[in-house]
Amino acid sequence: MSSDGSKGSIRVPDAPFRPGEEASFDSWPWKPGDFSMPDPKTCEFKDTTELANGLVRVLDDDGVASGEWDPGLSAEELRNGLEHMVRLRIFDDRMMKMQRTGLLSFYMRSLGEEAVAIAQTMALQEQDWIFPTYRQPGAQFVRGRDMVSMICHCIGNEEDNIKGRQMPVHYSYREGRFISVSSPVGTQFSQAVGVALASSYKGLDEVTITWIGDGASAEGDYHYALNFASVFNAPVILNVVNNQWAISTHANFATGIGDFASRGLPYGLPSIRVDGNDFLALYSVTKWARERAASGAGATHIEVLTYRTGAHSSSDDPSRYRPGDEHTKWPGGDPVVRLKEHLINIGEWSEESHLELEEKIDSEVVEAYKEAVKFGDLANGPYPSADTIFTEVYEEVPWHLQEQHDEMMGGQS
Amino acid sequence: MTNMNMIQSLNSALDIMLDRDPDVIIFGEDVGYFGGVFRTTDGLQEKHGDHRVFDTPLSEGGIAATAFGMGLNGLRPIVEIQFADYIFPAYDQIVNEMAKIRHRSGGEFWSPVTLRTPAGGGIRGGHHHSQSPESQFTHTPGLKVVYCSTPYNAKGLLISSVESNDPVIFFEPKRCYRGPFYGDPHKVPTWSDHPEAEVPEGEYRIPLGQARMALEGSECTVISWGAMVHVCEQAIKDSGFSCDLIDLQTLVPWDKETVVGSIEKTGRCVIVHEAPKTSGFGAEMSASIQERCFYHLESPIVRVTGWDTPFPHTTEWDYMPGPTRIAAAIAQTQED
Ligand SMILES: Cc1ncc(C[n+]2csc(CCOP(=O)(O)OP(=O)(O)O)c2C)c(N)n1
Ligand SMILES: [Mg+2]
Repeated sequence: MSSDGSKGSIRVPDAPFRPGEEASFDSWPWKPGDFSMPDPKTCEFKDTTELANGLVRVLDDDGVASGEWDPGLSAEELRNGLEHMVRLRIFDDRMMKMQRTGLLSFYMRSLGEEAVAIAQTMALQEQDWIFPTYRQPGAQFVRGRDMVSMICHCIGNEEDNIKGRQMPVHYSYREGRFISVSSPVGTQFSQAVGVALASSYKGLDEVTITWIGDGASAEGDYHYALNFASVFNAPVILNVVNNQWAISTHANFATGIGDFASRGLPYGLPSIRVDGNDFLALYSVTKWARERAASGAGATHIEVLTYRTGAHSSSDDPSRYRPGDEHTKWPGGDPVVRLKEHLINIGEWSEESHLELEEKIDSEVVEAYKEAVKFGDLANGPYPSADTIFTEVYEEVPWHLQEQHDEMMGGQS
Repeated sequence: MTNMNMIQSLNSALDIMLDRDPDVIIFGEDVGYFGGVFRTTDGLQEKHGDHRVFDTPLSEGGIAATAFGMGLNGLRPIVEIQFADYIFPAYDQIVNEMAKIRHRSGGEFWSPVTLRTPAGGGIRGGHHHSQSPESQFTHTPGLKVVYCSTPYNAKGLLISSVESNDPVIFFEPKRCYRGPFYGDPHKVPTWSDHPEAEVPEGEYRIPLGQARMALEGSECTVISWGAMVHVCEQAIKDSGFSCDLIDLQTLVPWDKETVVGSIEKTGRCVIVHEAPKTSGFGAEMSASIQERCFYHLESPIVRVTGWDTPFPHTTEWDYMPGPTRIAAAIAQTQED
């Protein structure tokens, strides 16, 4: 009955490079201008085969923008995008320092992926719904969230709007139509289709955008989302952020074919792969998808091709499973540097203005952080009142929770 | 004997099973090259090959279903669900498929899968890295449910679980991976000088269905499992009462002789778990003890549990049962 494992085998994939190996990626065969832009309102999935197997780019390696997908943003809009990305990067650095010094419990950076949430949210309308993962907190800057309140959430202190209930980076920001982040990966993806269909039902001009990681796209939720979005023609933008890694597991384990965008085609969804470190391309593809959704033509499936430059989280040590300098070899470069160079190229920015911007934001972040810890930090408190364990479990506190609450508070009622 | 922490003793059990049985195969998220986010499978891929220890797509439903299928066809898969909180995408496969296959096929098919999963709180994991969902599985006929608490029982129970021809869910109290937990978040003791961390290097078994008498006493029976066993030990010391402390180890099937024998001796009982109270496994224990030992009971059975709320992040120490609450419950059983 016993088998002999040495006779047969199971084909198990591997990451392209492991520690001690030299990482090197082929340069991309696709250049800006390679792909024309179909009409978003009439485009069918069949018309996007090349877009799904190719890569939409606007910025070339020298920071020059070209092609039909160039969104033609004003210098002011570009500077605004750059500022948000710089803000997110500096904010992330500060939060990591706070984590390392015990002022908050855990953290996840967006390093190398700053353009994703920022460019894509900027391409939307303010009534549109955002259904993020932990890797899209940057959308909140675009939607105007106050940094102090973001830090208070990460600490889980008295001013945390979610009352210390979830881990850091699990933001909820209703005012900005940014829906509460959940740890179980993938769940938001299919839920976003429901949010979008509710907008259709109500006849509102609202589009929903959501993201899922390369890793999490192996969850059932990814497939539910594509199918429901296609069957019910939902006004939703479905993004797979392929940042190459899911903790230590390479994207080679997420699909058998190594890419993601084309998986939307058999579901009947127009599908596009976009350079996720190219602010302009991301903006443009998202705007196209929004226009399509808003016109009633349905969902778009987008693979955002990028690289997770940092560790998965503050608990992770990527040097154990990938070469330390792998990110420096990524053909997509760094999204902040690329937009900065583009702005310099068109004469709308300079190294000096960039330094000034970094200094300005650095002090903005330091000030926000000092303000936030006044409401408590994880090491020293004060914490949200223990009452908050029992509230909002239900709309009203039922008797058994009231009883348990009173027991916790030492018998007083 | 070697001093091992729980990660090491689990790793040793897995290593032994891979060595011994070519049908054993290990997979799950990040368990292969990296050796697991908690390092439990560290070194096993390198030693046994990537066709026996490997990473999978991030899909708990896929992991459980694939393991189930392999089990149907003669393999003995051990899979890791990275956190017990993430077992729910696999729930249908476990509850409706794995658990029922033997019965529904008239005994023609079975699938001896072991699902290992880190559970429980105390690591600032908030809602989704802290839950202890054992009772969602004890309510499923066809599954055996195991919850280890020390390096020694972790290894012996894991070997028995893998050898079981029934599917087993094996909960590992993640707060105790590197040291026991006595309920004081500011103290982080290691396993280095703990007697239950003296672990044989070779194989040994702790039979499923057998509880461990962690302390012996006469005035009260305290029943617990997982990390809470150590918190109970602290609470018993603090309470000043002489107690039996029963570490259940296997929840389904639980050790009737040990529990009944102890209650008949002490006549008083406290049940402690960190999962919520309503429909928690403590309810099952309490009802069973009442059914079997009613005339021996001198006072009402008391349960000390997590509250009936999601598990909080910042205020987790207000949520988890601590020595104070447990000691008070022991004292309460001694009144009148
Ligand atoms: C259902 C579920 N399973 C496992 C985990 C643990 N986990 C958290 S993030 C992660 C990897 C996610 O990778 P990916 O989807 O590529 O997103 P990225 O982190 O790269 O943005 C895993 C396995 C989880 N949070 N939820
Ligand atoms: Mg990823």
